[in-house]
Amino acid sequence: MDHGVLERNSMLLLVCALIVVSIGGIVQIAPLFWIDSTIEKVKGMRPYAPLELAGRDIYVREGCYNCHSQMIRTLKDEVERYGHYSLAAESMYDHPFQWGSKRTGPDLARVGGKYSDQWHVEHLKDPRAVVSGSIMPGYPWLSDAKVDGEQISRRMATLKAIGVPYSDEMIASAKTDFAAQTSPDAETVKAFLNRYPKARTGNFDGVDGEPTEMDAMVAYLQMLGTLVDFASFDAAGPNLR
Amino acid sequence: MATARVEQRSPSDVLAILVAACLTALGLTIWAISPDAGMSFHGLVFGAAAGASALYVAGQLYSGSPDRGIDASGYIDGPIRFATLAAVFWGIAGFLVGDIIAWQLAFPALNFDLPWTSFGRLRPLHTSAVIFAFGGNVLIATSLYVVQRTSQARLPGRWAPWFVVLGYNVFIVMAGTGYLFGITGGKEYAEPEWYADLWLAVVWVVYLLVFLGTLWKRKEPHIYVANWFYLAFIVTVAMLHIVNNLALPVSWLEPKSYTIYAGVQDAMTQWWYGHNAVGFFLTAGFLGIMYYFIPKRVERPVYSYRLSIVHFWTLIFLYIWAGPHHLHYTALPEWAQTLGMTFSIILWMPSWGGMINGLMTLSGAWDKLRTDPVVRLLVVSVAFYGMSTFEGPLMSIKSVNALSHYTDWTIGHVHSGALGWVAMVSFGAIYCLVPWLWNRKALYSSKLVEWHFWISTIGILLYITAMWVSGIMQGLMWRAYDKLGFLSYSFIETSEAMHPYYVIRAVGGLLFVIGSLIMAYNIWRTVRGDEPLDAHDQPRVAAAPALRLQAAE
Repeated sequence: MDHGVLERNSMLLLVCALIVVSIGGIVQIAPLFWIDSTIEKVKGMRPYAPLELAGRDIYVREGCYNCHSQMIRTLKDEVERYGHYSLAAESMYDHPFQWGSKRTGPDLARVGGKYSDQWHVEHLKDPRAVVSGSIMPGYPWLSDAKVDGEQISRRMATLKAIGVPYSDEMIASAKTDFAAQTSPDAETVKAFLNRYPKARTGNFDGVDGEPTEMDAMVAYLQMLGTLVDFASFDAAGPNLR
Repeated sequence: MATARVEQRSPSDVLAILVAACLTALGLTIWAISPDAGMSFHGLVFGAAAGASALYVAGQLYSGSPDRGIDASGYIDGPIRFATLAAVFWGIAGFLVGDIIAWQLAFPALNFDLPWTSFGRLRPLHTSAVIFAFGGNVLIATSLYVVQRTSQARLPGRWAPWFVVLGYNVFIVMAGTGYLFGITGGKEYAEPEWYADLWLAVVWVVYLLVFLGTLWKRKEPHIYVANWFYLAFIVTVAMLHIVNNLALPVSWLEPKSYTIYAGVQDAMTQWWYGHNAVGFFLTAGFLGIMYYFIPKRVERPVYSYRLSIVHFWTLIFLYIWAGPHHLHYTALPEWAQTLGMTFSIILWMPSWGGMINGLMTLSGAWDKLRTDPVVRLLVVSVAFYGMSTFEGPLMSIKSVNALSHYTDWTIGHVHSGALGWVAMVSFGAIYCLVPWLWNRKALYSSKLVEWHFWISTIGILLYITAMWVSGIMQGLMWRAYDKLGFLSYSFIETSEAMHPYYVIRAVGGLLFVIGSLIMAYNIWRTVRGDEPLDAHDQPRVAAAPALRLQAAE
């Protein structure tokens, strides 16, 4: 073909360029939405509890993903350092994904349950108070800010609209679930745990009163990587990719 | 051109006022009713910018001798001058924030434990400021300059080009200040929230139309090769931006939104976007600069027409596949990882084809490398392009990536491309453009360009060598086992070992900032019209076209 035809016709050049640059994306992205094995079949995944979701939004807001990955690769040393390699299923409700691209700090995909709530609170307020060589910034302001229950139910409704399986009941009880998760003695805890199995309850920041951003952040960190039941996970069979 | 029509008040003035007035109303409404302080501030910025524009256009409409925006050169250069100066400003701002966060990594007390000065919020400010603010303004300025000259046609419309440059910079201000408030979508290099994204989409479509409109009016039968690259850059960035940023806002008056993609699909879409922000924003667009400014500055034709064609089509076809190399050994299905690696390796070929085409354009003019520091900036940038497009395919090989991923090696690789290639070619283009756009007979000082070149080059070398050492070292430490079969190092030990290299990197960054300040001084003196210190040392082509004969005498 004579390339001069394209050089003389701007719209033809534009259309041809657009076709050429579309192919790669179509081949790589579109099949991920319909190939069944893309997301493993696992037991235990559920949407984030309201307080955990609030924590996750703070994690995104503060740009934690700039230094922490949430993706354990299928490499021996990573599995030994951080735990079972990450499954696609574990981030299936993550809008946006937070796999990260840089480990200035350690991977957090399975940080849940590894440290106490108090450790996290102290560490977030002043990282060098607990890890002397740490280069992480401190986040003392999280202790002062309250989490807004109205806002979080609207955020849950938004996520429901784009496919996260929140029920109407979950959205309606967002505010009481906040209180339930931070005050484990309340009568509402049982209903809360029915809605969000395996959720960790407690007064995360150790301060009584309305849940703070610190409560939310620690609740989120403490559930990371804890949901999937690996005893029943079969890496072979239909999950083999 | 129909001068009679140009003299008159045109309907485009009325249209411009209407659009600006509507945008003012929109911005001020958001300012008044948004419950979110950050979004409300953005409404005010947006409304004020639109309002000032409306008043300016109205002033032009009612003045006796309206300025039709056409320069003595016969082209519309006002918006290009604005974007050029904006590029210098944002460049310094972006490099400076980058260096501040580099020091934060060496000395964490510099985070000051305040939300708006912490690394997590400043890092997106740095990346957006250098890529989109500095790089974007360079691309807009050069593309609008090149498309007019190579088409021998003016930009269409009196106000549309201004809409593009001002609208784009308003987007930058909204995006950048948003990060400081904690307004972010949380996807790397795509952090601006939904309303800023929507505004950018509108600006970008107008940019495409202005660019295409100039091509439609061209008097040259053939579209010049630089314009193929600019066109592919504009169209592809539009596609990437729109697809990756599809999101549902929580409400129309709040900044928070959630991307419609989740988990693994989101990861793939994001890195399809992310790697092609590199491939099309930082490569294809800047190759457009290479294909115009190098031949122009050394006064030689492009080395090979045939290579240009092969370079163009293979580069744009292959680049788009490279995204999954950011996701090796992750939960992304194996087949996608393999595709990403394969195409990334093949991509080495067109990249070096382009490099050869740029470098060999100096055939018969290699002596200019010694005598003209602007040529040196342009040529060394292409050399860095060759280096980082060799390193990239290497790092996309899975077994290499297992070591390099998540470490500073990636950061070093990005900066050899961003500082060595993108910034250096931009500096070269800016040094060419400023005397041409302000009708000066030369740059204020060629000597200062020389200083800028050497200081930046040393800064880049310190930066990338420090990151090679720290990245490879940390990667090896993470996977080191002792005699008993246990991991040798805790994470914090590997982190503490980075300290000296973080200091060296920050010093390298500081040199780069100093270089850019020297450039700003030189450009300020040139724009002001000060008598050049060493015009006789500069080539004839350094002068504005109208002054070149005079300079030769």
